[in-house]
Amino acid sequence: MTADPLDLLGTMLLIRRFEERCAELYSNGQIRGFLHLYVGEEAVATGICAELTETDSVVSTYREHGHALARGVPLESLMAEMFGKVSGCSRGRGGSMHLFDRSRRFAGGNAVVAGGLPLALGLALGDAMQGRPAVTACFFGDGAMAEGEFHEVLNLAVLWRLPLLLCCENNLYAMGTAIAKEHGRTELALRAASYGATAWPVDGMDAIAVNRAAAQAVDEIRGGSGPVFLELQTYRFRAHSMYDPDRYRTKDEVARWRERDPIELLAARLRADGSLDDDALAATDARVTAQVAAAIEQAERGEEEAVAELTRFVYSESSTAAGSVR
Amino acid sequence: MKAKTVETTYREALREALREALREDERVFLMGEDVGSYGGCFAVSLGLLEEFGPERIRDTPLSESAFVGAGIGAAIQGMRPIVEVMTVNFSLLALDQIMNNAASLLHMSGGQYDVPVVIRMTTGAGRQLAAQHSHSLEGWYAHIPGLRIVTPATLEDARGMLATALRDPDPVLIFEHGSLYNLKGKLRADAGAVDIDHAAVRRPGDDVTLIAYGGMLARTLEAAEALDAEGMSAEVVDLRTLRPLDDATIIGSVRRTHRAVVVDEGWRSGSLSAEIVARIQEQAFYDLDGPVERVCSAEVPMPYAQQLEAAALPQVDSIVAAARRTKG
Repeated sequence: MTADPLDLLGTMLLIRRFEERCAELYSNGQIRGFLHLYVGEEAVATGICAELTETDSVVSTYREHGHALARGVPLESLMAEMFGKVSGCSRGRGGSMHLFDRSRRFAGGNAVVAGGLPLALGLALGDAMQGRPAVTACFFGDGAMAEGEFHEVLNLAVLWRLPLLLCCENNLYAMGTAIAKEHGRTELALRAASYGATAWPVDGMDAIAVNRAAAQAVDEIRGGSGPVFLELQTYRFRAHSMYDPDRYRTKDEVARWRERDPIELLAARLRADGSLDDDALAATDARVTAQVAAAIEQAERGEEEAVAELTRFVYSESSTAAGSVR
Repeated sequence: MKAKTVETTYREALREALREALREDERVFLMGEDVGSYGGCFAVSLGLLEEFGPERIRDTPLSESAFVGAGIGAAIQGMRPIVEVMTVNFSLLALDQIMNNAASLLHMSGGQYDVPVVIRMTTGAGRQLAAQHSHSLEGWYAHIPGLRIVTPATLEDARGMLATALRDPDPVLIFEHGSLYNLKGKLRADAGAVDIDHAAVRRPGDDVTLIAYGGMLARTLEAAEALDAEGMSAEVVDLRTLRPLDDATIIGSVRRTHRAVVVDEGWRSGSLSAEIVARIQEQAFYDLDGPVERVCSAEVPMPYAQQLEAAALPQVDSIVAAARRTKG
């Protein structure tokens, strides 16, 4: 099964508008911390998450707004988290890098590069041991493939044939270090295949291509193949974070990639085959823009967590250790 | 009527606890390096592979971070994993997962993700294993909010702490001292789960409180006997749980004896022993009749040669001398 391209377009637009407003809010000082934008990479989260079911799990990185939105975490709770409000999806304790929604099996943004991979391995192991047909999708970047944890996890996932979908978002830079400066061999899918995983590269700017690859991968995994590795070749249009002056790449390079904007690319294709016109696109855009605006208003009005609650959730409420925190 | 007892060892008590946990709850499984075919690096899990099979007695590659993280993930997903790490020095390869995931997920997610994982590992010196197999880093782990740290020093605790740890909704690290595996003694035949909230007074006394845990308990009790012979009555407190610390038992004892010595196999600077001394002065300053003393390991990477290793570790003599110093 693959997704309706119009739905993919709507999700990508929602992510784009959400993040554009976040950048504005950040510049105005209304939201703080780190802010890592996904602009340019929307096709990846969108195409992958569209193939996951409710019982599947997702593990993400610090650049996770797109994954959370594509997974269906409510926009309002995400925006409230950006504002650090108690109505946020992590009750204001996580922020942009640590969005969680257990009810949607969205097991968070892990802000240590590759740190989410062992956790995802365990989610897949837990499902497999309980005989559930679920898949765990784990997102990580090309930078994570230089970490030992990646290699440990891929080896184990193959060894135990675990239902793990490894989504490598190859955006060509580990923060500011170009891929050719971080990897001896840059054919990432080939390297993953050498561990015995099914692996192939995918055009990560093409939402339909990503979605088809995800459908095939998820099918194989549910059929018992063990882990599948997708190298999703993509690009972030904006700097690494709001602090990044973006000195390590040329304006020309960024401009060339912007010509393959995943939203423009899909919209053009849908216009060409007659399933989208300018009015419909404008209407979708207006709808998601209004949703984001409403979420911001709601988040601004939201309550702050009481400082007296600071030490909650260090230990479980049912634990005798809960009272020890000071 | 006297309860029926059995002769056992610390190792067998740990194994029996594992066996019981595996029998009682199908969500429980054991995972780690050489836990299966080899029988466990210290033979704790010997025979369990035959009894429970390779799914539940799961050998792993040498990938500490991946399999500890997998334990954390599987715990979140509804299992009750027991992860074995060969020694505390190797656990540093998994520190990212223990600190940044196990200890942080509940808070970072605003209370959504309990992490009911149990991680067991060997700790401590005394076997001439030198600087990469001998340290006592449980105090480092006790620094981390979100973890519970337990240190069985007796057969009862070796037998009983695991079951309680598995019922805990939060991550529990169990530190088994390498010198204790062959400890022999009598254990009640019906021994089972024990509390993991409280310290225990292992020997009552009036003149000084000796505070120890894990591998240091036996020699601290020996020091107490030696002190008794010279007319100083020592009370021995076994911490049992290093986080959260049981202040009430520690402070209660010091208020009675007015003197205290902390015996810690960890290094001195920035240590668990420092934390305990700080708590005593915060909570019992006006009850003290002398300075609180510490006996810790020398601040060197653990050496191999027997006499050097012995000199690096707290010994009965050094504990006795510290107790005497509290009298001024």
